[in-house]
Amino acid sequence: MSKTKYDRQLRIWGEIGQAALEEASICLLNCGPTGTEALKNLVLGGVGSITIVDGSKVEFGDLGNNFMVDERSVGQSKAKTTCAFLQELNDSVKAKFIEESPDALIMTNPSFFSQFTLVIATQLVEESTVKLDRICREADVMLVFVRSYGLTGFVRVSVKEHTIIDSKPDHFLDDLRLNNPWPELKSFVETIDLNVSDHVAHKHIPYVVILVKMADEWTKSHSGNLPSTREEKKEFKDLIKSKMISIDEDNYKEAVEAAFKVFAPRGISSEIQQICNDSCAEASSTSSDFWVMVAALKEFVSNEGDGEAPLEGSIPDMTSSTEHYINLQKIYLAKAEADFLVMEKRVKNILKKIGRDPNSISSPTIKSFCKNARKLKVCRYRMVEDEFSSPSVTEIQKCLADEDYSGAMGFYVLLRAVDKFTANYNKFPGQFDGGMDEDISRLKTTALSLLADLGCNGSVLPDDLINEMCRFGASELHVVAAFVGGIASQEVIKLVTKQFVPMLGTYIFNGIDHKSQLLTL
Amino acid sequence: MADLEAPQSKTRDLDKLLLRAGNLVGPDFYPGTELRDDMRDYVRILVVGAGGLGCELLKDLALSGFRNLDVIDMDRIEVTNLNRQFLFRLEDVGKPKAEVAAKRVMERVSGVEIVPHFSRIEDKELEFYNDFNIIALGLDSIEARRYINGVACGFLEYDEDDTPRRETIKPMVDGGTEGFKGHARVIVPGVTPCFECTIWLFPPQVKFPLCTLAETPRNAAHCIEYAHLIKWPEVHGGKSFDPDVPEHMKWVYDEAIKRAELFGIPGVTYSLTQGVVKNIIPAIASTNAIISAACALETLKIVSGCSKTLANYLTYNGGEGLHTKVTEFVRDQDCLVCGPGILIELDTSITLQKFIDMLEEHPKLLLSKASVKHGKDSLYMQAPPVLEEMHRPNLSKPLYDLMGRVQKDTVHVFGTALKNEEKQSSLTKLRVVFKGADGVTDMDTAIGA
Repeated sequence: MSKTKYDRQLRIWGEIGQAALEEASICLLNCGPTGTEALKNLVLGGVGSITIVDGSKVEFGDLGNNFMVDERSVGQSKAKTTCAFLQELNDSVKAKFIEESPDALIMTNPSFFSQFTLVIATQLVEESTVKLDRICREADVMLVFVRSYGLTGFVRVSVKEHTIIDSKPDHFLDDLRLNNPWPELKSFVETIDLNVSDHVAHKHIPYVVILVKMADEWTKSHSGNLPSTREEKKEFKDLIKSKMISIDEDNYKEAVEAAFKVFAPRGISSEIQQICNDSCAEASSTSSDFWVMVAALKEFVSNEGDGEAPLEGSIPDMTSSTEHYINLQKIYLAKAEADFLVMEKRVKNILKKIGRDPNSISSPTIKSFCKNARKLKVCRYRMVEDEFSSPSVTEIQKCLADEDYSGAMGFYVLLRAVDKFTANYNKFPGQFDGGMDEDISRLKTTALSLLADLGCNGSVLPDDLINEMCRFGASELHVVAAFVGGIASQEVIKLVTKQFVPMLGTYIFNGIDHKSQLLTL
Repeated sequence: MADLEAPQSKTRDLDKLLLRAGNLVGPDFYPGTELRDDMRDYVRILVVGAGGLGCELLKDLALSGFRNLDVIDMDRIEVTNLNRQFLFRLEDVGKPKAEVAAKRVMERVSGVEIVPHFSRIEDKELEFYNDFNIIALGLDSIEARRYINGVACGFLEYDEDDTPRRETIKPMVDGGTEGFKGHARVIVPGVTPCFECTIWLFPPQVKFPLCTLAETPRNAAHCIEYAHLIKWPEVHGGKSFDPDVPEHMKWVYDEAIKRAELFGIPGVTYSLTQGVVKNIIPAIASTNAIISAACALETLKIVSGCSKTLANYLTYNGGEGLHTKVTEFVRDQDCLVCGPGILIELDTSITLQKFIDMLEEHPKLLLSKASVKHGKDSLYMQAPPVLEEMHRPNLSKPLYDLMGRVQKDTVHVFGTALKNEEKQSSLTKLRVVFKGADGVTDMDTAIGA
C-alpha cells in the first residue's frame, strides 16, 4: 500500500532513490514556516526521520504565517506543535523534537549534529551559520542553509564533496559510437545490404546501419578521416540522401538528421577527463567507492576503451523492422556487458591493491557506474566562511552592474548586512515601526562598508532596494518561506538520493520580479 | 496604571508589507490597515483544482491575508495523490478533493472561509466566475486552462480607443508542474498575453505512428499502445476503455506482454503500462510547493499592490542544478480570445450582403467568401450548400436588424484572407458599431414589440 502512495515519485527516483530517502535522518533548526515548509515536502516523500530543534513558543503572530501551528497551540512549544502536525502527514516517518535554541546548541553541543544525514538550518544569523558550517564539515554531515526575509531569501548547500553517478541530465547524447564503431557492430552492419530490392525492407533498415556504412564508405575514400569541414558534412548528408529510393523513407530522413553523431568528436568529454585527472582518482585505502571506480575508469579508457568510456548500452527508438532493431539492441547490450566485465575486474584489482575486500563494491553499483560513466558529476562547495571572507569580487561587480540580476545580487549583500546590523544594534533594520529613517541610513552604511571590505569599492546598491530591506523588517512571509523551503527540500532530495545534480552556489530569491539568481562566489 | 501593550497582530509578518509604504510597489498601492482588512473581508479568490497545486494554493492564500476562498475540483482522492496532496489522508480516499481540502484548511487556519465546489468547471454559470477578484489555476490539462482563459477573457470589454476597461479585467495566475520542472505565469486579460496568445508554447503530444504499433513495434511502449489502441477496440468493439477499471488495465497489460513476447521485446511492466496508457506525469511535493508559492505570491501582489509583479512568465527547472527564468511574452494583438477585434463602423441600413462585400475591400482583412457568425447564431454560411440556401434570405436584410438592433457587438467572420500574397483560411473577431443608432430607433422597437 505504501508503495502505491509513492508511485508518482518512484517514477522519478526509483526504488533505490526511495530507499535512500527512507534511510535518511534529517535535522531541522528553527520551525518557523521556512523550516516547516521545507520539512513538509520531505515528510510527504517518506524521509526516514526528522528531528526539530527550536526553543520558542507559538505566538499569536505565528498563526498568520505557519501552517503547522493552530490556535490551540499558542503558548506551547513550537517544536512540539509543528512536530505533531508534520507527523500527521506521513506516519511512516519517525518525528522527534527538541526544545532548545539552535544557536545555543551550536555553541554548547556541536557533537549533537554528527548523528544526522543532513541538517536543514533555517533563519540562522551569520555567526551561527559559520559555526555550524565548521561543525558539519568536520563531522561530514550534509548541510543546507535556508533563509526567508521579506520578499527575499536564499538557499545554500554546504558539503565538502558530493559525487554523483546517476546524474540523470535532461538532455544527453546517446552512445551509438557511429564515429567509432567496434568490430562486432561493423560485422553486424556488413550482414545487411542497403541495396535490398524489396521496398519495404529498404525503408526499414535502421539509421545506425545506414550511418555506419556511409561513414565507412566515406573514410575509405578520404584517407581514413571522417567529415570535418562544413563542405564535407554537407557532402556526407547528400551521400545519404542519394541512397533513398522514394521520398517516404523515414529511416533515411532519420539518418540525415542523426548525421551529426558521425561528426562528433570521439572519446570522453573534457568534464569526465577532468574527473579522471582529479587527485582523488589516485585510489588509496581512504578512497570512497566512487573514486575507486573512477580509478578503474581511468585505466579502462587508457587500455581496453581505447579512449572511450564503457559503452552505455541502450539505443534510442528509430524506424526499423522489429528484427533489425532487436538484433541491433543485442549488439549494443553485448558490448556494454563486455565493457562492464572488464571494469568489474579492474575495480576488484584496485580494491585488492588498496587493502579492501574485492567484493565490497557490488556488481549492480559497478554496472550503474558503467552506464553513467559519461555523465558523472563531482560537486564541491566552498565553506561559507571562505565565501564570506574572499568571495569572487568580479562576480559580485558583474552582477551588481547587470540590469536583470542587480536586484538579487543586492539582496545577497543586504542579507549579510542585516546580520551585521543586528550584531551592532540588537535588532533588524525596520523590525519595529519607529526609527525607520535612521535604520535605512544605518543599513546603507553597513552595506557599503561590507562591500568595501569585500574589495568592491565603487559598487553601489540602489537606495530603493535598501529601503525595501528595511520595509521587510525581518518578516517571514508564508509564500516566500514556502518557495525557498520548497527549493531547499528539492536540494535535500537530490543530495540524499544522490540522483540529479544539486545547485552549485547560493540561490538568491528575488520575490519582487522573480529575477532570482544562482551565485557562485 | 497598567502599560498598554500594542495588541498582537495575527498578520504580524504580512503587516510589514501591507501597512508600510515602499518604493518598489504597484501603481495603486495604498498601505494601511484598510487595505489589509479589505483584503481579508472583501476579496474573493477562486482556486481551480484541489490537487497537487490546489492544496498548496489554498494553504498559501489562507496564510497571505485572504479569507474568502472558493475551490472547484471534479475529482475524488486517490492513494497516489498522497505523496504531495498534503491535505488528504489515507481515510479520505474516495472523497471529493474540493470538500476535504476546504475542510482541512479551515480547521487549521481559523477565520478562513472556503467554499468547495465538487463539479466540472464547465458546469458552472459564467457569472459564477465573475464573482471573484482573481482566479488561481492549479490545473493539469491544456483544455481546462483554455476554458477558464476563455471565460475570464470573455468578461473583458474595450473602450472606443482600444484600451481595456479596468473594471472588466479578470486576472489569472496559472501554474503547472512535471517532475522537477514547472512554470508560473500572470495573465491580465488585455494587458499581458492570455493563454491563447501563447498557445504555441505547448508542444504537441507525442503519438506513435500507427504503422509502428501495427507492424514494427520496437519497444515496450509500442506493445502497450498496440494493446490499448488497436487490440482493445478489435476485441471489445464499442465498449470504451476505462483506465481506472483495474480489469481493463490488466487486460491491456496481458495483451502487451503477449505482443512483446511475440516480437522478443523486453521491458513491459504493469507500472509502465499504467504510465503509458494514463499518460502519468511524475509528481513530487517540492515542485508543486515552489510553483504554487510563486502563484500565491503574485496573487498577493496583484491584489494589494504591495510590490511589483512578475512580468509575466516564470520557468523553473530543478533537476540539473537550479534554473529559474523570467520571460516577458507579448500579447497577440489579433488574439481572438483577449483582443478587442478590428473595429468596423456601419450604417444601420447596410445589408448583410453589403457587409460581406466590404470585408473583401477592407485593407486589414481582404477577406473573401466570408461566413458571418453573431454569438451563437450563424447569420450566413458559404458552405455546405444546404445551409447556404437556408441562410441566403439573410443577405438582403440589414445587418443591424440581424444583430438584434444593438448599437455595437462582436461578430466572427470566417473566410479566405490574402496574407503575404498567400491565400489562407482566416477566422477574425470584429467589433461592429452602428452609427445613427439612437434612442428614437430604440423606442420604435419597444413600441413595435
